[in-house]
Amino acid sequence: MAALIEARGLTLHFGGLRAVDGVDFDLRAGEIHALIGPNGAGKTTLVGLLSGRRRPDQGTIRFAGEDITRLPAHARVRLGIAYTFQITSIFPRLTVFDNVALAVQMQNHAPLKESVHAALERVGLSGFDRQIAGTLAYGHQRLLEVAMGLALGPRVLILDEPTQGLAAGEIEGFKALVQSLVPVASILLIEHNMDVVMDLATRITVLNFGKVLATGTPAAIRADKAVQEAYLGA
Amino acid sequence: MTAARIWALHLALIAALFAAQYLLPPYHVTNLARIMVLAVFAMGYNLAFGYTGLLSLGHALFFAAGMYGGGLLSYHLGWTALPALIAGLAAGGMMAGAVGLLALRTTGVSFMIVTLMFAQAGYLTILYFGPTTGGDEGLNLPAAGRSLLGFSLSADGPRYLVALGLFSTALLCCLGIARSRLGRIMVAMRENEERSRMLGYNPFTVKLIALVLSGLFSGLAGAAYGVLFGYVGASFATIQYSILPMLYVLLGGAGTVIGPFLGALLMFYLIDFASGLTSAYLFFVGAALVTLVLFAPKGILGTIRERWLGWLP
Repeated sequence: MAALIEARGLTLHFGGLRAVDGVDFDLRAGEIHALIGPNGAGKTTLVGLLSGRRRPDQGTIRFAGEDITRLPAHARVRLGIAYTFQITSIFPRLTVFDNVALAVQMQNHAPLKESVHAALERVGLSGFDRQIAGTLAYGHQRLLEVAMGLALGPRVLILDEPTQGLAAGEIEGFKALVQSLVPVASILLIEHNMDVVMDLATRITVLNFGKVLATGTPAAIRADKAVQEAYLGA
Repeated sequence: MTAARIWALHLALIAALFAAQYLLPPYHVTNLARIMVLAVFAMGYNLAFGYTGLLSLGHALFFAAGMYGGGLLSYHLGWTALPALIAGLAAGGMMAGAVGLLALRTTGVSFMIVTLMFAQAGYLTILYFGPTTGGDEGLNLPAAGRSLLGFSLSADGPRYLVALGLFSTALLCCLGIARSRLGRIMVAMRENEERSRMLGYNPFTVKLIALVLSGLFSGLAGAAYGVLFGYVGASFATIQYSILPMLYVLLGGAGTVIGPFLGALLMFYLIDFASGLTSAYLFFVGAALVTLVLFAPKGILGTIRERWLGWLP
């Protein structure tokens, strides 16, 4: 299957530290691809490179065949690569409606009200639209963040630890939500919760010390000796 | 419902100001004309500072660009008021665009300093070209420059109406911007720039648009001040005229549509009252500001909106 995002030889150093070190990475159309690895393995840095929040020292990134290595983050969002923050980043002093409307109105032709309500309904936040976003419960703020990502109508949605801080019941709903997004969108998921990863992912990439340790199906990753030693701790 | 209430409020303010010219003694009518023009300037400042979060210390430059953009053409080339106002509007917008292209590469304190330096450079430029600009002494505009479609703006009636016309136009434009998609993006930039970027908005572009809009308002106000009161001078390019609109906006409520007018009104009369008592009238201004920062940091209308009237734009 054709790769939607195709990264080759991505490298980014912070001083002497190789945060991302010669990474090749493919995100295929319609897949849910999980990115896992120990703390400090370079996961957030890697998606920072893919979303354009950071510039690589070396390497190239192609999106749907087009070279986007030099493209700034906001232009990548316009192409269809949406990013939701690891640490919840909403507009806390604006209403929930305005938060989502900002994402919706990126697509100039979208009818504002209907699209905002549709996005809120999808994450289960219907009826919260008039509330000031900063007063939402933490779990709901996470869902709002996801709703903003959805409302962009992205072709690729990068979710950085989306289930962090969600209650067990909310996680089940969240998994169903992510399942419903493919194959229209492709998902790149950074996640620590192994149950979520194993249930959702069609493929997994394991990072360690800034390098790709393994890529494959959940079953293959589970069976991989190197991964077990480095990460799963078996 | 909310929309109807909002329109009613703003149109009522305009109607009240229209009635004021028949109800108030001439001294206060002249003051109100001045306040309305200064409020246009403050509304412009509010677009940059209150809505977009750009704390500029150099708006005197845009005000002066408008004032001289219109004033020099009327003084040297005999332009009448209407083309002079349009020239001032354009001069303010272009100056803001030029400054923005450079200054918006910085943020926060650096942005304050860079805008301050640009404004100082503008002030010194006016002094440097003294033979043309009148330097310190300024220029008294000729009667032809103060005539608008045959009416002389040195007369109280037409002057008040022109000030009211400009003020109303600016107020409704401001309201339109605040309630538009652009307004929402400007506020987003103020609240969380990084998140806005990751929603696909280029911070530089949005801020530049906001600054140019702000410059258009400021330039129009500067040109209007010149043609309505017949004088253009370098004192309007000093730091004081960068600080004043900020005070008006802080007092009335940053990020509110009527706040700049309310702030200009109160501050004008506070200074008027205090300078009748003492030559150290800035002491009163300082005391008012300290009180404001301590007890109502969101300004009068900002506080009212927070406590009681959530629908206030």
